[in-house]
Amino acid sequence: MPTMNVIQAVNDALRTEMRRDPSVVVLGEDVGRFGGVFRATQGLQQEFGPERVVDTPLEEGGIVGTALGMALYGLRPVPEIQFADFIFPAFDQIVNELAKYRYRSGGQFACPLVIRAPYGGGIRGGHYHSQSPETHFIHTAGLKVVVPATPQDAKGLLISAIRDPDPVLFFEPKRVYRAAKGEVPEGEYTVPLGKARVTREGTRVTVLAWGAMWHEADRAVREAEAEGVDCELLDLRSLQPLDVDAVVASVQKTGRAVVVHEAPRTCGFGAELAALIQERCFLHLEAPVSRVTGFDTPFPYTLENEYLPRAPRILQAIRKVAAF
Amino acid sequence: MQPDRKAGAVTREGNGARGRPKPAPIARWEREFPLQTVLREDGSADPSEVTLGDAELLRLYRWMVLERHLDQRMVSLQRQGRIGFYIGSTGEEATVFGSAAAMEERDWIFPCYREHGAALLRGMPLAAFLCDLLGNAGDRMKGHQMPCHEAWRPGRYASISSPIATQIPQAVGAAWAAKLRKEDMVALVYFGDGATSANDFHTGLNVAGVSRAPVVFLCRNNGWAISVPRERQTASATIAQKAVAYGIRGERVDGNDLLAVYDATRRARARAAAGEGPTLLECVTYRMGAHSTSDDPSAYRPPELLEPWRKRDPILRLGLFLRRRGALDDGGEREAQAWAQEEVRRALAEAESFEAKPPLETLFEGVYAEPLWQQREQLQEIRDAIAADPRVSAPDRGSG
Repeated sequence: MPTMNVIQAVNDALRTEMRRDPSVVVLGEDVGRFGGVFRATQGLQQEFGPERVVDTPLEEGGIVGTALGMALYGLRPVPEIQFADFIFPAFDQIVNELAKYRYRSGGQFACPLVIRAPYGGGIRGGHYHSQSPETHFIHTAGLKVVVPATPQDAKGLLISAIRDPDPVLFFEPKRVYRAAKGEVPEGEYTVPLGKARVTREGTRVTVLAWGAMWHEADRAVREAEAEGVDCELLDLRSLQPLDVDAVVASVQKTGRAVVVHEAPRTCGFGAELAALIQERCFLHLEAPVSRVTGFDTPFPYTLENEYLPRAPRILQAIRKVAAF
Repeated sequence: MQPDRKAGAVTREGNGARGRPKPAPIARWEREFPLQTVLREDGSADPSEVTLGDAELLRLYRWMVLERHLDQRMVSLQRQGRIGFYIGSTGEEATVFGSAAAMEERDWIFPCYREHGAALLRGMPLAAFLCDLLGNAGDRMKGHQMPCHEAWRPGRYASISSPIATQIPQAVGAAWAAKLRKEDMVALVYFGDGATSANDFHTGLNVAGVSRAPVVFLCRNNGWAISVPRERQTASATIAQKAVAYGIRGERVDGNDLLAVYDATRRARARAAAGEGPTLLECVTYRMGAHSTSDDPSAYRPPELLEPWRKRDPILRLGLFLRRRGALDDGGEREAQAWAQEEVRRALAEAESFEAKPPLETLFEGVYAEPLWQQREQLQEIRDAIAADPRVSAPDRGSG
């Protein structure tokens, strides 16, 4: 099995699906001749031509609106938003159009497509190259939201997303785009949407994470284990659909939960997870659910390490919850 | 720094005119984009410019009569509380029917919310449209959308949203997809003059210009965006001239002239299909009624503004033309009116025979291709709540 990083896995998934299905097209700013500012679409235009790998004019609303029309007509577009921070000009097209098209037409029309966007901080990008906007879209019924953490999942989840009948936002962890490496199967395989992965089994504390922060959580639970706190770590992978059964099964076992995400705390997805846990695991809980998150500020430039919920902060939360 | 008022002065007469007469910019653009007309106000026309036969013209005339009657009837139904909301197209029938008739059956239509006539022309049964207005058990949208937001897949008539101009890039995408698939399909997208201020107008025309997607952009310039008149919407002398900046063709058409709208759309379609790129068609018409049943134009529009437009009424003009041709007489006109009334009466009776509400489970249908656990659980939750107390499902009595 070849070893790849996340970028290479994304590229491999796109190439695999474009070879299999001629209706798959890629569009976005700089995705064609240049291969994308992160090189995720490198070589695709050379293989599939400028009609299927399209450099679009600059405007995210236009990219998503155009992709939506392509999907209505039967193509499988995979538009790229260069940074998740730039998705907001397309917010209306995503929230009011893409999310509602099937519902508002009574199921007469559907627009399956995958919006890929690198998200998250830790790359010295300031607040316009670092945000984690997943909650805005999880909150909008009609959209699916997927966040891979590893190269193997990035490929398998992206292939599933492209084949999915619903619109999917695919947020790629750019902090570990090149740093996260792993063996990735060749050719076609899928990782189903809506299935969490238990990456470490344990009994004392459940830790829930996804994307780039899964790597920090993984470091934290290893350190916790060295201190004698046996944690169970879940990589949620897909936030909508959410594998609520996996979350509940783990928290019912441990009675304690720590939720980790980069996005600001207030109304972050951690709040939803904490609410679900208290609704479904109330009598099993031994401690309040703890949230280790970004702060309620715009994403900072200089103090980004303090802002990000990295392993030491996660470890502190694990200790506190375990000792409650 | 204060601007130098003398040096920086830009006036309507031009910058620094200093006695040399310059043509007013508005007149210049109106010359560059002349209003294309076939039917004169007295119903006469140059026979060489008439591209439709009497039978087809009569068919479209009857549709326009039906649409006008439908508007009157639905406004009255809304006042009686039988439907919640309605958006009419009185005065704009020639723009809608002339353009829709000019497209091929396989072409897609991306409507705004004032073109349900195009869906009717595409075969959407009138009773189905009335079910949509009622949001009842016969509504194909399952009561998910408010009235006048219909979709009609069999007629390739896309779904309507209330936010303005969003359908413009979507139409470009569908047209672009057809081009990639080498299929002869041209997308027709409707929007009003207000939409030309929106981001999606700019981005849609820009992408279409670059991609040469086969699209006809049809602006129903009816003079008003709710209460904001066309002059307050844009300082452009015409809407058509906006095409220049996108490197596409722009034309200005008399929107109350069915033949002119038909011809211009037909030519735009042919150019798009031949790979010659998109066209922005500005159809100059007038919103004779309110924006919607929730609007009262007497608060912002002096009634005398309507007077010149009454003489240009699109149905009146086409009727006069058909009479000159001997294709219509008093009897034919009475018959068309009677047919329209009967069609609406019969369709309304059919629509009102459905249950007032779609079944409860439809609330959760179509959010996703298959419901997620949230929709499944929440359906059970509302079922249980109604079973415990039927008032959960009772009509809202209001807060008073």
